[in-house]
Amino acid sequence: MTQTTNSSTLIHTDRFALSDAERSAIEHEMHHYEDPRAASIEALKIVQKARGWVPDGAADAIGEVLGIPASDVEGVATFYSQIFRQPVGRHIIRVCDSMTCYIGGHESVVESIQQQLGIGLGQTSTDGRFTLLPVCCLGNCDKAPALMIDDDTFGDVSPASVSQLLEAYS
Amino acid sequence: MTGFNAKRLTSIGPANSIDRSEETHPLTWRLRDDGQPVWLEEYQQKNGYAAARKALSEMAQADIVQTVKDSGLKGRGGAGFPTGVKWGLMPADESMNIRYLLCNADEMEPNTWKDRMLMEQLPHLLVEGMLISARALKAYRGYIFLRGEYVDAATNLNRAIAEAKAAGLLGQNILGSGFDFELIVHTGAGRYICGEETALINSLEGRRANPRAKPPFPAAVGVWGKPTCVNNVETLCNVPAIIGNGVDWYKTLARPGSEDHGTKLMGFSGKVKNPGLWELPFGISARELFEDYAGGMRDGFTLKCWQPGGAGTGFLLPEHLDASMYAAGIAKVGTRMGTGLALAVDHTVNMVSLLRNMEEFFSRESCGWCTPCRDGLPWSVKILRALERGQGSQQDIDTLLGLVNFLGPGKTFCAHAPGAVEPLGSAIKYFRSEFEAGVSSSAAPAATGQFVPAQKMAGSHF
Repeated sequence: MTQTTNSSTLIHTDRFALSDAERSAIEHEMHHYEDPRAASIEALKIVQKARGWVPDGAADAIGEVLGIPASDVEGVATFYSQIFRQPVGRHIIRVCDSMTCYIGGHESVVESIQQQLGIGLGQTSTDGRFTLLPVCCLGNCDKAPALMIDDDTFGDVSPASVSQLLEAYS
Repeated sequence: MTGFNAKRLTSIGPANSIDRSEETHPLTWRLRDDGQPVWLEEYQQKNGYAAARKALSEMAQADIVQTVKDSGLKGRGGAGFPTGVKWGLMPADESMNIRYLLCNADEMEPNTWKDRMLMEQLPHLLVEGMLISARALKAYRGYIFLRGEYVDAATNLNRAIAEAKAAGLLGQNILGSGFDFELIVHTGAGRYICGEETALINSLEGRRANPRAKPPFPAAVGVWGKPTCVNNVETLCNVPAIIGNGVDWYKTLARPGSEDHGTKLMGFSGKVKNPGLWELPFGISARELFEDYAGGMRDGFTLKCWQPGGAGTGFLLPEHLDASMYAAGIAKVGTRMGTGLALAVDHTVNMVSLLRNMEEFFSRESCGWCTPCRDGLPWSVKILRALERGQGSQQDIDTLLGLVNFLGPGKTFCAHAPGAVEPLGSAIKYFRSEFEAGVSSSAAPAATGQFVPAQKMAGSHF
C-alpha cells in the first residue's frame, strides 16, 4: 500500500486557490446560517468533493471566505473523521465496525478486503483505487454486516460477496 | 407517483409488511409495502399535513405545547426526557423572537436503525412534525442535523422540503396563518459525539463538536446564543398524530401497565431468525419482541445475553426478557431502555472481545474534551485487548471496575463515557469468568497503572 502523502504537499501551501465554483458554492452555503462560520464543515466538504481530499492551503482560503482564522478551519478539519487531510483513493470503502456488525462478522469482511486489495484500515491501495476506513454504525443493523462504497450502502455483506461489490468501482 | 428513482432503499424491512393501521401505528401506517418513499401527493392522500392544518389554523401556540405535554411524549433519542417539559423551557419573553428548532438526525448509536427508515421513506412526516413543533416553539427556522453517511435520507428530505415549499407548507405565511418557517438540511462529517445535544449545536455552528456546559440549557442559550430546542427524529414524527388525533387517543396506544405512552420503533438484531424493526406499543414484553417478532434465535445459536437499546445500555440475561419495554420496566432489571432497538448476543460471542470492540468505538469517538473520557476509555481498550490475548494481569478486572466507577454518571462532561462504561460494568457483573479467563498467571501488570495517549489509541482515522 500506501500513503501517498509526502513532504512536497507542505511546500505547496501558498499555491492553493479555491476554484470559482468552490468559492461560489461556499458563499451560497454561508447564507443558510446566522454566522458564516457555520459553513466551515460544508466548505471543507465542497473542497473535498472537488479534489478528493483537503490540501493544506485550503484552511487559509476557506478561512478568508468565511472571515475566520485558518487555525479554526484546521481545527474543524482535523476533528471530523470524514474530512480527509491526506490524499485518498478514488473510492472510499467505509466498513461499519459497530458491535452488531462485529457479531455479524465484519472483521472477516475487513480481512477479505485486506487480502484482495493489500490494504488495512486507514490505508490506500497502491493503484489509488480504494481507501479503506472504519465508520460508526451505518444504521443497517438488521442486515449486518454493512458497508458503504462511496455513496452506496450494502447490507448482509460476506467475505465472499465483497469482491463482487468492489468490481463495480473502477 | 412513486419517486424519481426506483432505487431500493436499504431501510425496507418488516415495518413495511406487518399489519398496521392509522389508529394503532401512527408512525408507520403510511409506509409503502414496496419500501419506496412516500412523496407529497401520496402523503396528503393518506391524511398528511391535516394535523399541521389543524395546528396552524385552529390551535394557539400554547395549546400545542400543552397538548404535547399532556400526551406524555418522551424523547426517542435514548434519554427519554419528556418532550413537553423540554418545550416548556423555551423562554416566555416574546422579545427573544429569534428561535431555532433543531432535529437531531445524527443517528450513529451502534445498533440503532430507526430514524434512517423514517427519513428515507417518510420524509414528509418529519417535515410535518417539525412544522407543527416550530409553530409551538415560535421558531422561524429549523435545521435537520443529519449524519453525512445518510445519503438517501438527505436526498429524500431535500426533495420533501422542496415539495412542501412549492405547496405552501413551508416558507412565508404558511397556509395563510401568517406563520413563516424555513427548514434546512445540514449534513455532518462524522463523529458520534455530534449526537450529544450541545455538541450538535457546536457542530452546527461550524466548531469542533465538544459538548457545552449546562446550564445554560439550549432553551435559554442555544445555537448562536438564541433559544433552541433539539428533538430526535422519531420524537418529532410523533407530533402530527398527537395533534391530529388528540391526547385521549394517544394514551390508548401503550399496553396496560406501561407508564410511557404511545408507540415506539423497536427492533431486534444479532443472530435472530427475523432481524428487523417494528412499530410497537410501549409495555410489550421484551420476550414478545424477541420471540414473536424477531422469531427467536437462529438454529444453532442460543441467546447468551441482550442489550435493550443501543451500545450505551447495559447487558441483560435471557431471564430478563420478561421485562416490559418502557423506561421503568427496563429500569427494574437494572439498565435503561435507550433507543428500544435490542441486540441479541449469542453463545459464540466472547464478552471480552465484544467489549473490546465496543470500547474501541467509544474510545475512538471520545471528543477528548474531558480527562476521564479522553484517558479512561483508551485505558479500558488497552486492558481489554490484553485480556482478549490472554495476557491480562491480576489487577485488570479491578482496574476496569474502577474505570466503570470513575467514568460513570456525573463524573464527566457529557453522557458519552457513562454510556461507554454501562455495558462494561454489566458484562463484568454477569460474565466475570470470561474476563478472569484472560488473566495470565505470569503476566506482569503491564496493562495497568499507565495512561495511553488518546491519539495513539484512536485507530486509523485520518
